[in-house]
Amino acid sequence: MMKFTTLLRRPPEWMEHDGPCRDIVLTSRIRLARNLEGPAFPGWAKKEDRIAIMQELQPRIESLSGMKDCFSEDLSNLDAIRKQVLVEKHLISREQAAKSAGSAAVINREQSLSIMINEEDHLRMQSIRSGLDLVAAHAALDKLDTELEEQVRFAWDKRFGYLTACPTNLGTGMRASAMLHLPALVLGEQVNQVIQAVNKIGLAVRGLYGEGTEALANLFQVSNQHTLGEREGDIIARLEKVIQQIITHERNARRKLLEDSPHKICDHIGRAYAALRFAHIIESKEALTHLSMLRMGADMGVLPASEARLIDTLLVEIQPAHLQTAAQRKLSGEERDILRAEVLRRRLHHLPEPDMSACTGPGPETPPDVKA
Amino acid sequence: MKCDVCDDKTATVFLTQIVKGNMQKINLCENCAKEKGVTDPTGFQLADMLLGFGQGARVETQPMEKSCAACGMTQSTFRKTGRLGCAACYSVFGDGMDGLLKAMHKGTRHIGKVPAHLSTRQADEEHLAQLRTALDDAVSKEAYEDAARLKSEIATLEKSLKQRVRV
Repeated sequence: MMKFTTLLRRPPEWMEHDGPCRDIVLTSRIRLARNLEGPAFPGWAKKEDRIAIMQELQPRIESLSGMKDCFSEDLSNLDAIRKQVLVEKHLISREQAAKSAGSAAVINREQSLSIMINEEDHLRMQSIRSGLDLVAAHAALDKLDTELEEQVRFAWDKRFGYLTACPTNLGTGMRASAMLHLPALVLGEQVNQVIQAVNKIGLAVRGLYGEGTEALANLFQVSNQHTLGEREGDIIARLEKVIQQIITHERNARRKLLEDSPHKICDHIGRAYAALRFAHIIESKEALTHLSMLRMGADMGVLPASEARLIDTLLVEIQPAHLQTAAQRKLSGEERDILRAEVLRRRLHHLPEPDMSACTGPGPETPPDVKA
Repeated sequence: MKCDVCDDKTATVFLTQIVKGNMQKINLCENCAKEKGVTDPTGFQLADMLLGFGQGARVETQPMEKSCAACGMTQSTFRKTGRLGCAACYSVFGDGMDGLLKAMHKGTRHIGKVPAHLSTRQADEEHLAQLRTALDDAVSKEAYEDAARLKSEIATLEKSLKQRVRV
């Protein structure tokens, strides 16, 4: 069994590997909701029943073929900070983190599969992949689901499909989503138009940590709303098509910004670089906004492309629970802002100054000492 | 128009309810409507209110409410929380959910994944129905050799289906 400290130390597989369109799509995720046939759903079940369900499911999940040497823990054994670390890593939901006795999380070594026991449903299973690769994420999770189905009977009905606590998840029980980095659409003030268009066709756009959260770091989650009356493959194909279009919009917006206002772009990236390299107190929101600019800079060639991965790592590392785990104690808000700035200065120490010639091109304003 | 309960404030809530074929009407001001729990349509019976203006009437209406025998979930709790209590709830409340499902989904029938143990059984049942039709056909054509073969095929399939149900 993998320890929490190992889980924390090991970067997730998706971080280390560049999936399709990784410049704009950080991750693709598939979530399946499943329930057992007999017992009440977690929100309606008594504590003893939830514990019994957990005790039945947890060992079965640990023994699945993809779960070798996994991390598996009863949530009542994790303190608030550790639970929050799992949320920040997108391995459990905020709702799950609020639960204790009778809830558990099982996460594979690669951190590509995570199974929540007794969240809103008896099982919430998630698969995560680098870049835009919903098909591969679904294939991996479908395999696990089928394997588990050989051992337990899931509540399923001919008319309603997989039965879930909330009717919004009925049918496939599947939520497919991708995390998109859309700085140019935000800077160009086009992002609301895109969100509205996407909403109209039955897809949802949410912030960094799901429902009701802010779009920090210019990151947006696009996902399907409908789970009933459409096949899994069709839902995924439709979603991928829309995401491809959003990617095109973002790329066009970046091109347009470079053409119309190159100095504005350079200013954003330059200020972000300066703040992250030299600030001594920095709030989470400000840091995330600046990291977003550096990430766009890396995509545009202003910063080495190889740094994009470090930036993605930092998006998670500077979150409150990660900082407190690094400090090995609870920190006040002010202490966190100081430590955050320290982590950023240290981790970005080697980062060369942005080479703005990639943005502005060689013009009369460009000083001769800037290397091409 | 004045409120039927306090006979003081202006009525802004107008209710019509049909009970056993009789139409009943009542006009309430905002305060009285709130006090009588009119905002919760499941726990409110106009008849009770007209007859005794409510004392204890809401408790009496509870047993009439639809509920799940397996887990005890009631219609009003489901409406309030939007969550069902267990899988069996869908056979209790499922029939009334079409409108809700139409608003939130692409369709009201599942067409996605079928659990493996059910998908083979479903296919087997369909195959069995086909074999029975073929058997009738063979008998009517007096093709007895075919009929005998079909009969033994049907017997084998029936046996394996029965065994699987028991598992």
